[in-house]
Amino acid sequence: MGELLELRELTVSYRTSEGPLTAVRGVDLVVRSGEIVGVAGESGCGKSTLASTVLRLQPKDAAVTGEALVDGADVLTMGWGDLRAVRWAEASIVFQGALHSLNPVQRVFDQIAEPIRLHEPRVTTQELEQRVGQLLEQVGLPRARSRAYPHQLSGGQRQRVMIAMALACRPRLIVADEPTTALDVMVQAQILDLLQGLVRDLGLGMVLISHDLSVLADVCDRVVVMYAGRVVEVGPADELFADPLHPYARALSGAFPRIGDPAARYAPSGLGGDPPDPRWLPQGCSFAPRCPHAVDACRAEEPPLIDFGGGRAAACIRVEETR
Amino acid sequence: MTRTVDRFLEAQRVGVEFTTRGGSVARALDGIDLSVGRGEIVALVGESGSGKTTLARTLIGLEPPTSGEVLVDGAPMDHSLRGLRALRRRVQMVLQDAAGALNPRQTVYESVAEGVRLHRLARSTGRSETEIVAQALSDAGLRPPERLFLRYPHELSGGQRQRVLIAGALALSPELLIADEPVSSLDASIRGELLALLLRLREELGLGVLVVTHDLGLAWNIADRIAVMYLGRIVEQGSTEQVLESPRHPYTRALLSVVPEIDRLEPVVLTGEIPDPTRIPDGCRFHPRCPCLLDGSSAAAGVDGDCRSTPLEILPAAPGHLVACHLDAKLHGSTAPGAGLFTDS
Repeated sequence: MGELLELRELTVSYRTSEGPLTAVRGVDLVVRSGEIVGVAGESGCGKSTLASTVLRLQPKDAAVTGEALVDGADVLTMGWGDLRAVRWAEASIVFQGALHSLNPVQRVFDQIAEPIRLHEPRVTTQELEQRVGQLLEQVGLPRARSRAYPHQLSGGQRQRVMIAMALACRPRLIVADEPTTALDVMVQAQILDLLQGLVRDLGLGMVLISHDLSVLADVCDRVVVMYAGRVVEVGPADELFADPLHPYARALSGAFPRIGDPAARYAPSGLGGDPPDPRWLPQGCSFAPRCPHAVDACRAEEPPLIDFGGGRAAACIRVEETR
Repeated sequence: MTRTVDRFLEAQRVGVEFTTRGGSVARALDGIDLSVGRGEIVALVGESGSGKTTLARTLIGLEPPTSGEVLVDGAPMDHSLRGLRALRRRVQMVLQDAAGALNPRQTVYESVAEGVRLHRLARSTGRSETEIVAQALSDAGLRPPERLFLRYPHELSGGQRQRVLIAGALALSPELLIADEPVSSLDASIRGELLALLLRLREELGLGVLVVTHDLGLAWNIADRIAVMYLGRIVEQGSTEQVLESPRHPYTRALLSVVPEIDRLEPVVLTGEIPDPTRIPDGCRFHPRCPCLLDGSSAAAGVDGDCRSTPLEILPAAPGHLVACHLDAKLHGSTAPGAGLFTDS
């Protein structure tokens, strides 16, 4: 089975007034058709930079090295013509915050129709009506909603419109950046059901980005945990959530308690400190300053991603002692 | 009769109505009985549109009730300017979006000192303003406080900003904190620390907290009691263990079933969203989305007619596990938690 997306040693740095800021540091990631791969991490860990780089949407001044292959072709080096063909038709993004990403003065119909018009200039109005109607039904909205303006829709409905837009040019890969973050639990469950259904029925590949590891554990096949721009753990979603290897993944997994677990009652589990400023990364393991298990060796050298078998790997030299 | 907790803040049959631009009346709160005791942590949970934020605003006097009343320490809430000013010293609100709630051009010191000056606390307590601000920052876990005095919000992390907001509230030594989604915009690793802070404040200062949230895991982490709201009413309330471990209202069960990683429940994803409060359904307000009505369990128990047409009583602010559901009332006494929702694993 071919890889829809393959990132190889992807590194992205921004220039800032206080020196270079490396947001993504040497990330490898593979997504195949019919698969949902989760990317977990906190704000500032580089997960949104990663998402935008997949479609070369990163800011102009960003320096990118490595490869981002969509269906085998490197998005980072291809010409503009090819890039335009890849965007929307090969891969598309569902951004977080549907309220801000939709045009408030345009009807839903026109917003979904726009990418189709751009990619297929000869499409007739009748065909467009048909396509938009189908897309709306595909995301669980009645066709009549195509006449609505974004403010007439609820948060969940707006997010469905965003997903319909992403599907408009029949891409094979979708990158969803925090698609449920501002939504209620019930609406979140509806949207996650929808995304899972689309991946299953259309054979899409999906990158699902979230700060909520429990959401990813629920819907993903594999999960990648990022910290300070690097992948610190990767593994099958359920195993990674139930038995995380890296102390940071353990903290993320513990942050969302299992309801009914007496150990979590009146005992929220947290992690002291804040993620490091990517401009001033500490020497050695970048998690060491917050890590309850850090020893001198951790601070000496940044640990590589160590293979633990069964598709699991973690960038921690003390997994065996702390597990 | 002895009460287990004395009621510091209490809503009695509180209703709030808005007239929409079209002229129809929206009943955002439709008869709420709720109490929060001293030093008690109560979680108010529900989806957006359930009225939980309107209730929080009503409880701190920002929204005068159109019916019913709010009692503070047993006395009706005084909505005059002077009355509200006095209330602010006792009940403080912490908003969800710390980045938006802090003035970007004000230092941490100025932000926290604002309330202290407005209420002339330095004079009434005999402590210096600096002392009060430093104490509040330190209580909120920002230590040493002096190091943060001259920082601006953009120089702080999300967790620190949220703590500054909490410090602003603590500076007035309130008895109750109303926190609207206090951790929803924070990163996972910081979330636990902030929840631990709320527990510590209760421990050390005897502070009560009403936390408004849609996050049931948060409630399990810190709340003593839970009230579940749906479309302007409380539909289930009880101790955290009662509500989360043996939920009885089909709405609560559905909410719980969609929390990721609750594998003992078969997910019940309700279709649609909360209806608009200008059109509250007849009978049980939840009936158009109720999975028990849909799967025939209500009909089997012979209550489907009631579900569609007989309104339910307002749940009183009384101790114990209370549920506003015709089916539950019919099955009451049996421990069977309703048909079709639980699966044994």
